[in-house]
Amino acid sequence: MNTYIHSVSLDPTKCTGCTTCMKHCPTEAIRVRNGCAVIDAERCIDCGECIRNCTNNAKKSICNSFDEIKNYKHKIALPAPSLLAQFDNLDNIGYVLQGLLDIGFDEVFEVAKGAEIVSEHTRLYLRTEGIRKPVISTACPVITRLILIRFPFLKDNLIPLLPPVEVAAHMAVEEAMKKNPELKREDICTCFISPCPAKVSYVRNGFGSYKSEVDLVVSMSEIYFQLLNVMKRENACDMPSQAGRIGLSWAICGGEGSALLNDKIIAADGINNVISVLDQIEDGNIPPVDFVELNACPSGCVGGVLTIENPYVAKNRLHTLRRYMPVSLVPPSEEGAYIPENSFFGELPEYRPLNRLSDSIGESMRLMSKIQALRKELPGIDCGSCGAPNCRAFAEDIVMGNADRNECVIAYKDFIKKYIETYDGGEKVDGE
Amino acid sequence: MVNEMAEPLIFHFDVDGDNFTSAGQASVQVKKNLRQLGIDPETIRRVSIAMYEGEINMVIHAKGGEADVIVSDESIEIILKDTGPGIANIEQAMQEGFSTAPDNIRSLGFGAGMGLPNMKRYTDYMHIDSVVGEGTTITMRVNF
Repeated sequence: MNTYIHSVSLDPTKCTGCTTCMKHCPTEAIRVRNGCAVIDAERCIDCGECIRNCTNNAKKSICNSFDEIKNYKHKIALPAPSLLAQFDNLDNIGYVLQGLLDIGFDEVFEVAKGAEIVSEHTRLYLRTEGIRKPVISTACPVITRLILIRFPFLKDNLIPLLPPVEVAAHMAVEEAMKKNPELKREDICTCFISPCPAKVSYVRNGFGSYKSEVDLVVSMSEIYFQLLNVMKRENACDMPSQAGRIGLSWAICGGEGSALLNDKIIAADGINNVISVLDQIEDGNIPPVDFVELNACPSGCVGGVLTIENPYVAKNRLHTLRRYMPVSLVPPSEEGAYIPENSFFGELPEYRPLNRLSDSIGESMRLMSKIQALRKELPGIDCGSCGAPNCRAFAEDIVMGNADRNECVIAYKDFIKKYIETYDGGEKVDGE
Repeated sequence: MVNEMAEPLIFHFDVDGDNFTSAGQASVQVKKNLRQLGIDPETIRRVSIAMYEGEINMVIHAKGGEADVIVSDESIEIILKDTGPGIANIEQAMQEGFSTAPDNIRSLGFGAGMGLPNMKRYTDYMHIDSVVGEGTTITMRVNF
């Protein structure tokens, strides 16, 4: 049973059935049926590639609306580090933090600070005896889900640490309740300002039995426009940044890895690159590294589909912003330090194999034989007109009873051609 | 584990010997197919490592070849066939660290002499049939 809640969704009134999203989906989760794209929830990993590639704005991410913070007494903003890279000519992070207060938040807790704590805990974790290496980051929820459904053997390589946003939410709630003893947990809202739809899904689903401490997830693009209205250079601003270079760098590919202060890391970005790295790890075909950082989006979180700025420009801005920052505001742990119990998540959800043909291996083998035979008969040009991303997927859909062979336009054309060639009845119209 | 009899399923691949960068494609495809069949992850991993090593060997030493993966009720058999130079001394070739890979291959990080030993380690059965000057056929089996 799949009870996973997705945040990527489709507006059928805008969809033209053009097949662009279907062609870009890395898990072949999309089909075009009756002129409209349909997402298979079992296969979707919320990577947002379809949102990125849709030319009709028909694909979107279901986030909370910024207005929902009004339902709470005490509102805490949790800005992702990538938010800070969205603004032109920003030389002081304080302007963004102050801006968040000006648009209606009571408090700001930078996720970058949570990230620096996770970095410190990761350094400790890597020293643990008996862990499966390479350790794979769980910060990008797309990767965690991708591994669970497609690379189950690597499940035990996932680092069982809660992601930065969760650490930040925990600390922010704890601090707020200490400062304001009259507040109950339900009076407080922790609002994550997210660069991507996957974080929205993560917050709704949690990790296994773990439930997220984040209450609302608002799209970075929505907050961006709110902030532009209030961020003014003339305003004096003395809000200090809550994190250093390490925290800020989590927004770009390589940032999480370089925080380990060790060169035995691999960092990859872009969903297809990530898949080939995972394939290589599974085949035992990578150098002996300690840690693998994987980001579904190009350039890392700054490449998320809910961001405003081009990821490469954003990356450049972060480099400028972090230039005069301290390395980290979280001190390195002392000798004998350990990772607190509440920084770990419990069990991951059980392995759910991606598109298994049948529960019985014998039956699956019979089905696959049929698929292989049918695949050879199809034209093999992977045009997508039938509503499946390629001829192999179409053959599979036909065998599984989800598609009709006549939907292949090439095969249909041949059929008509043969029909005309062999047609011997009726009178010839041309030439009399 | 499998109680119904089914016809063995054969996946056939031509391993392209000219393109070193695409070596490993066949093992990725095999992995996808086995996943769809519902084969357990550990078995898939063993098959794909053995297959990957074999594929690389065919590209390095024999300018490519053919690979067949036969899935039957109780095992997965991998047959790798090439018309390359053949292996003069199989016993020596099976030793960890023994390699005849040229320097340009080694500089790419391959040729550590672990290919054949890894293939043996990850499979339940392995047999090498090789004639110098004619080619090599390697048969491996992973039982469920």
